[in-house]
Amino acid sequence: MRIAGKGLINRKKPVSFTFDGTVYSGFEGDTLASALLANGVKLMARSFKYHRPRGVLTAGSEEPNALVTIGNGASQDPNVRATVQEIYEGLEARSQNRWPSLAHDVMAVNDLGAPFLGAGFYYKTFMWPKAFWEKLYEPVIRRAAGLGALSGAAVTDKYERAYAHCDVLVIGAGPTGLMAALTAAEAGVDVILAEEDSVLGGRLLSESGEIDGVPARDWAEATVARLQGMANVRIMTRTSVTGAYDGGTYGALERVGHHGVVAADLPKECFWRIAAKRAVLAAGALERPVAFQNNDRPGIMLASAVRSYVNRWNVAPGKAVAVFGNNDSAHDTAADLLAAGVHVSALIDSRPDATTDLPVPFYAGAHVCGSEGRKALEAVSISRASGIDKVQADCLAMSGGWNPTLHLTCHMSGRPDWDEAIAAFVPRAGMVPGMIAAGACNGVFSTAACLGEGAGAALAALDGLGVEAEMPALPAAEARDYRISPLWAVPGKGRAWLDFQNDVSVKDVKQAAVENFRSVEHMKRYTTQGMATDQGKNSNVGALAVLADATGRGIPETGTTTYRPPFQPVAIAAMAAGSEDKGFAPERLTTSHELTVKAGAPMIEAGLWYRPSYFPRSGETTWRQSCDREVMHVRQAVGVADVSTLGKIDIKGPDAGALLDFLYTNMFSTLKVGRVRYGLMLREDGHVMDDGTTARLAEDHFVMTTTTAAAGQVMSHMELITQGVKRKLDVRFTSVTEHWAQFAVAGPKSRELLNGLLDAPIDGESWPFMACGDVSVGGVKARLFRISFSGEQAYELAVPSRYGEALFAELRKRAEGLGGGVYGMEALNVLRIEKGFITHGEIDGRMTAFDIGMQGMMSKKKDFYGKGAAARPGLLDDERPQLVGLKPVGVVKQITAGAHLYKDGAEAVRENDQGYVTSVGFSPEMGSFLGLAFLKGGRARHGETVRMVDAMRGVETTCEVCHPVFLDPEGERARD
Amino acid sequence: MIDLKAKSACEGLLPIEIGGVKLSEVAPAEMTLIAPYRGKEAALAKAFGGRWPAAGETASVEGGVLVWFGRAQAMLIGTAAPTTLAKFAAVTEQSDAWARVLLEGAGARDVLARLTPLDIRDTAFAVGQTARTELFHMQVSITRVSKDAWQIIGFRSMAGTLVHDLQRAMKGVAARAI
Repeated sequence: MRIAGKGLINRKKPVSFTFDGTVYSGFEGDTLASALLANGVKLMARSFKYHRPRGVLTAGSEEPNALVTIGNGASQDPNVRATVQEIYEGLEARSQNRWPSLAHDVMAVNDLGAPFLGAGFYYKTFMWPKAFWEKLYEPVIRRAAGLGALSGAAVTDKYERAYAHCDVLVIGAGPTGLMAALTAAEAGVDVILAEEDSVLGGRLLSESGEIDGVPARDWAEATVARLQGMANVRIMTRTSVTGAYDGGTYGALERVGHHGVVAADLPKECFWRIAAKRAVLAAGALERPVAFQNNDRPGIMLASAVRSYVNRWNVAPGKAVAVFGNNDSAHDTAADLLAAGVHVSALIDSRPDATTDLPVPFYAGAHVCGSEGRKALEAVSISRASGIDKVQADCLAMSGGWNPTLHLTCHMSGRPDWDEAIAAFVPRAGMVPGMIAAGACNGVFSTAACLGEGAGAALAALDGLGVEAEMPALPAAEARDYRISPLWAVPGKGRAWLDFQNDVSVKDVKQAAVENFRSVEHMKRYTTQGMATDQGKNSNVGALAVLADATGRGIPETGTTTYRPPFQPVAIAAMAAGSEDKGFAPERLTTSHELTVKAGAPMIEAGLWYRPSYFPRSGETTWRQSCDREVMHVRQAVGVADVSTLGKIDIKGPDAGALLDFLYTNMFSTLKVGRVRYGLMLREDGHVMDDGTTARLAEDHFVMTTTTAAAGQVMSHMELITQGVKRKLDVRFTSVTEHWAQFAVAGPKSRELLNGLLDAPIDGESWPFMACGDVSVGGVKARLFRISFSGEQAYELAVPSRYGEALFAELRKRAEGLGGGVYGMEALNVLRIEKGFITHGEIDGRMTAFDIGMQGMMSKKKDFYGKGAAARPGLLDDERPQLVGLKPVGVVKQITAGAHLYKDGAEAVRENDQGYVTSVGFSPEMGSFLGLAFLKGGRARHGETVRMVDAMRGVETTCEVCHPVFLDPEGERARD
Repeated sequence: MIDLKAKSACEGLLPIEIGGVKLSEVAPAEMTLIAPYRGKEAALAKAFGGRWPAAGETASVEGGVLVWFGRAQAMLIGTAAPTTLAKFAAVTEQSDAWARVLLEGAGARDVLARLTPLDIRDTAFAVGQTARTELFHMQVSITRVSKDAWQIIGFRSMAGTLVHDLQRAMKGVAARAI
């Protein structure tokens, strides 16, 4: 019910929204919770396990009960706290975890079975038969218990990630935070003030006190205005700091598009990473409930929440409100209710010595011990020495004291201290380096003390930054002592709730203790207390106090569970923002990409690069037809392929040759200028890392090529060697992969093609096999390498990338004119398999030079990286898998990559495994599948017949083991 | 003689303008990576009139600018490197290796804040400062060229992704202003 008063709602701007299909009206400034309460709606949710009717407990982000689902379809957002959700025109909210409706939930039958459903029930009951757990019990239990559900559709909303930097991050904008931000900002440093609420002011927005003689809220507003006017202050509202991480980095979640119908590109949430040199934690405190029988009925809420609804949103949460507490917060609440004209039916204070001047029925030294009403509170029972009184109330405001919101201080494994005077845990100094806790989150509760601590924390932060500043004049404010007498659970029968969100009662915690789950961490997991989405913000301290009592220990001895980020639920979509679809990984495209895609070539990924699989021509219905044709183009005419993706590393300097000698197993310093050599590179452990060719362009200038996907790895390997192993080498290197567009021109007609293109023709004598040098193409300075990965006479022509597309088009046209064409990765693969050339299919990180038959390339004349390790006896064992060729010789003609090899006649089981197939291709020239494989002691087994079994694809082929070079073993074709 | 037509890294992708922030390709220019040999740092700096950039800095030189480009190297942009430098440094032409774009406008800094962890406050990253850093999930060089304009240099092959990621951030920033 809405009442008169000057709250923070705009009565001139009514807003209509729906809850479970019913249209309601609220005002701008309302949360969903305040607007529903204003409309008399108290039943907002059903509980997790027992489907008990629940209303709103709090007025903040710690709300455990009033969780709703916002929106529909792919953008459906479950478990949104009604206390956080701001209303806007057209908002659609739905209750969750109920069927068929919130008011009539058939699963509420669970509540009747409660005596059997306590802590540990599932563990003890659903043990047998074992197979039933996964198939029957778990699905049924999951269906019966739960909160909101995701839609199951992929998210279509936008989310965002961003970074921010500051000198001082102030977390929370209550009196402490505002004072800290102001003090730091006045000193001239960069300040970020992050506040999870939509309005700055914290508790000042909800309390009736004064600061400096004006209403506290006005002081907050004026202070915010000052901060807004300062260029060095950045105010981030609706932003929850969710975690404290190493190096002064904080995670924060900003609600951007949750409070209105939004533009198409507006993100729903933004996940910030804030790097702060210093931080002031001014997160305030959370009021805690008291456990008594049926303390969860709709209408029972925290006293501070009642004050918020009355003072900030001008909502009377009931017609007759009872107030119950163990500290002065209860008295404030009763006073505010009376001032707002709301009837207070009772004020119950558990402290025997409490007094009041308020004109209300007052019960000192008494407890609320029970409640009545099903879907809404109707009456409360008050126990006192003289007996039990029943008082009519449709709302109960309760206060069990305050817990400092110290969560962030514990994110680096620190544990808080127990402060007996306030019956609460408080942070220790220095738990998070660079972060200072101040105000209520530091266990200081009066407004005056908070203002002082805020300013003091800012000064300490400034001091840490080397900035001198003086203590500002502090505004005058309420400086009352916090008087509390601990009260965790009111004795009595029935269920007294601790964790509202996971339906955990005092009885459950006691049961855990009885069953010897005495450690607070064990109790938590056994009862599920604190394991819901609110992470037990309202219940952790109460539960461990009950556990401490049940186990006869003190609270400090019992200790807390671990506080972990995030402080608030964060959508995975926010943390992964931008990584969907094209944002998953960068795409590296060659200069020929556009023409290649236009030609209809399916693209495959090689590292981050995209390369053509094959180039289909009309009439070709399978990829094999295209691949066979492209292979024959190269073997009989000329083929062109984009090989720009191979890593190209430019190496310069007086010691360039010496570096290469150390990098490669074979010698490079003796290579003549204008020549190319094939090289093999090992890791420190003696296994092959990469292979490739390196060209010597000048005495002190080499260009190395690497495998496409290994370019980065080779570069960092070289950095390691030059920075850490051979530090005295005078050599510099850089990647030039991107600068050059490079094309393989391969086949008997390759020279003919080039001579039509190059500004000066070449011949076999001036450009023998493995020659390299500068050429000119249409006046463009280019590089030509006579190297071959196909075994044919072949060249690679490189031009600056800007000419890549034009050159590709030209090469393609000319190749087609000579009866050839462009070829893709499939044909490239067949061509190299025919020649027994290896790729990372073979050198997969587990192979040695010995395994691939290149032990002869390991120079005996010099040292090279990995040499010692490669000489270890185990790496030179004759029984190691060795590279061989495979040809089908039986009825089945197919060889498949990944298939395993067994001795002819042996059973295809793990124990008999002899090796596996690494690469296969169909050779059109030989009319047969060819395979490269690793076979135990394979080099000595050429001519032997083996059994190839592909258990995955169900293929079995009899193969003959042979030399891995199938075609032109002498290499005549490349040399002519 | 055939005539090879040149194509720039971002041809067909840029310019774009969203919410007052403009992203355009910088006209192709000479880019040469210069990395001094052992003990030749001083001689190299002298060849540039003492204007060799320190880490994170740029230096104007005749006809162009030297942009610090990582440990002991700088990129000379805008003019060809004198051949005499080869005595002091590894000089490598890289004009075609990079996509060079300019992000400018009042909201440009907010756009960058969506993509790079770099501290780009005025106090931390003044005009003329440069960094090798991360832009979403690619490595780039970012230089602040004026109050509201930033030059971003990324791999040429990743130009499409560079534009995609920047465009996404630009849309998000622009949507907040509505």
